[in-house]
Amino acid sequence: MEKTLRALTGNEAAAEAMRQINPDVVAAYPITPQTEIVQLYSGFVADGIVDTETVAVESEHSSMSATIGASAAGARAMTATSSQGLALMWEMLYIASGLRLPIVMPMVNRTLSAPLNIHCDHSDSMGARDSGWIQIYAEDSQEVYDSLIQAPRIAEHPEILLPTMVCLDGFILSHAMMGVELYPDEEVRDFVGIYEPEYALLNKAQPITMGAIDMFDYYFEHKRAHAEAMRTCKPRIQAVFDEFAERFGTQYGLIEPYRLDDAEHVVVVLGSTAGTVRVVVDELRERGEAVGMLKLRVFRPFPAEELIDTLAHVRGIAVLDRAEGMAGLGGPVYGEIRSALYDLDPRPVVTGYVYGLGGRDIRVEDIEAVFDELKGDVKAGRKDQRCRYIGVRE
Amino acid sequence: MPTVKELTARPTVFTGGHRACAGCGAAITFRMLMETPDVPVVAGIATGCMEVVSTIFPFTAWKCSYIHTAFENSAATMSGVESAYRSLTRRGRLNQEFRFVAMGGDGGTYDIGFQSLSGAMERGHRMLYVCYDNQAYMNTGIQRSSATPTWAHTTTSPAGEVIPGKREARKDLTAIMVAHEIPYAAQGTVSMWRDLVNKVEKALNTDGPTFINVLAPCPLGWGFPTQDTIAIGRDAVDTCFWPLYEVVNGEYKITYKPKEKKPVEEFLRQQTRYRHLSRKGGEPILKDIQESVDSKWHKLLKLAGEEGGE
Ligand SMILES: Cc1ncc(C[n+]2csc(CCOP(=O)(O)OP(=O)(O)O)c2C)c(N)n1
Ligand code: SF4
Repeated sequence: MEKTLRALTGNEAAAEAMRQINPDVVAAYPITPQTEIVQLYSGFVADGIVDTETVAVESEHSSMSATIGASAAGARAMTATSSQGLALMWEMLYIASGLRLPIVMPMVNRTLSAPLNIHCDHSDSMGARDSGWIQIYAEDSQEVYDSLIQAPRIAEHPEILLPTMVCLDGFILSHAMMGVELYPDEEVRDFVGIYEPEYALLNKAQPITMGAIDMFDYYFEHKRAHAEAMRTCKPRIQAVFDEFAERFGTQYGLIEPYRLDDAEHVVVVLGSTAGTVRVVVDELRERGEAVGMLKLRVFRPFPAEELIDTLAHVRGIAVLDRAEGMAGLGGPVYGEIRSALYDLDPRPVVTGYVYGLGGRDIRVEDIEAVFDELKGDVKAGRKDQRCRYIGVRE
Repeated sequence: MPTVKELTARPTVFTGGHRACAGCGAAITFRMLMETPDVPVVAGIATGCMEVVSTIFPFTAWKCSYIHTAFENSAATMSGVESAYRSLTRRGRLNQEFRFVAMGGDGGTYDIGFQSLSGAMERGHRMLYVCYDNQAYMNTGIQRSSATPTWAHTTTSPAGEVIPGKREARKDLTAIMVAHEIPYAAQGTVSMWRDLVNKVEKALNTDGPTFINVLAPCPLGWGFPTQDTIAIGRDAVDTCFWPLYEVVNGEYKITYKPKEKKPVEEFLRQQTRYRHLSRKGGEPILKDIQESVDSKWHKLLKLAGEEGGE
């Protein structure tokens, strides 16, 4: 297959994927740093490059509402957002997933007010982690593009039917340029296919009622079924990744271990910071240190079993969180990883780091310091270490 | 324009067996609304009484496709449904005709859903938005909304020792919809079935966003006997408390002019939400209400170019 190498920002990569998917309906509202996606897509529509029905709504609450309406009607529907926009959608996120609508959404990570800040951290998408959406975090623009091509197949799988967000770090990915290999339009369209829902509002022969009220006699069962779909979808997501690899040549996983097989000290990370950690791991490996990285690519469903299998032999783990959990216990990823590994015997030391809030840089030296501290913690057998901050003036 | 006989022969899309209170004006509104369309409709409704009473899982009172998502967004949700319809039709994946009706109570329309309604109308989606205006948040226990008329008692604007009910003016949503320059906007009520059905037909046949505000008396919230719903609605129009009119491409037309305009007190005195006005000190308030009704009626006559307008 002929691939085209283009220099693209993360937002452009997202828009390119959307152009190739050419969804039936896109409803969106601008917010920095996501705005560009909406603009680029509107340009494609204006130029007749795609024939999507776009809805330039008056708010993110309405963009998610309209996307839900379109998806329920039987269309492949997408939107995009960031930060306050995601927060304004919060009510509707639960409704999208509770109605089991396979909506796909690029989510450009940006911190939440106050204080007002437009730069990257994960406080927005982490706040939505329990909303029943699948969450994929991209490391670079290539992964943004690839993940968005995979996302409709995952979301629309008849045994998954869960809305899916592809998270990319604001500015770090959304506005930084890198080489991205694009696949031919027909190949992508063929891979993604056409969405043919089993139930849709627009069906004269089989009208349906969507969004009924559940009392205590049914609500719990519906939520349990939703949770079960989330719990059991991991192999199905992996199957989409495998099929993608066969077609386009790049293999992805729910988690992506890097130089981990014989590693003693490991950093767990998601998003663009994985690139920085990779460099540090290579450097330390050259100095003969048994270090590795685990990139969490799919955060929802949480790959607990996969983490246990991969990290069981490790002595110390440092989890990097780009969000503060505001519980006095560090960030959300740290809490979940520590919990997943609790039953291991021997139990590795697991420490947490909050970093990069509001777009604060994370440097190679910072990651080196994390590995150093982790080694110290392991040597001292410190298992009560909760959470540290990287690069903040205390 | 169907006769009553023809109407009753039409398949009912909004069926009986829902859990609305006896005499619920909103349920009657829906029944009339849903007997009208020749083309299949998709109905979308905001959270509120009518949503709660019509779709208690695993039951549904809807024979057409129906969607409820949240309180403030039936217009936005239906924008998506209508966009999907246009997209799938254009792409040749759907060749069935549909109409779209978004609905909400006054809370879900005048207040929390105001933005999404305004957005949908401004964008020009072909949908009929129907507000069933029972003049308060009934589902959560009769709290004031911006549709609650001045001096009415609600649980958050109670008539007390010092304050005699809701102090603020009622928001004129129909006027605001007209200001959106949509091709069709109207007011109706359950008591005037021919008028209402006629308006629904016109709206559904209009290619663009349309709006009908329906006064839907609520026996529970207004405090009147359940068998009086239709009569109370008739008093509302005969006193000009709730004028019936339509605005087609900006042209006002009054669709019902009472032969003899009754004093508004005849409408008010049957409802416990105005009970406090019959107590001592109620006189000036009654006068205030009458004056406001008169002034609005005169303004409307003027807009419609009728005699008696100021
Ligand atoms: C965001 C949000 N806020 C509040 C509510 C609670 N709530 C549900 S229905 C309702 C009032 C509905 O009033 P209205 O729209 O007038 O319809 P009615 O109940 O009179 O039929 C309220 C406040 C909600 N469901 N969602
Ligand atoms: S409270 Fe009023 S609006 Fe609600 S169901 Fe009862 S009568 Fe109808």
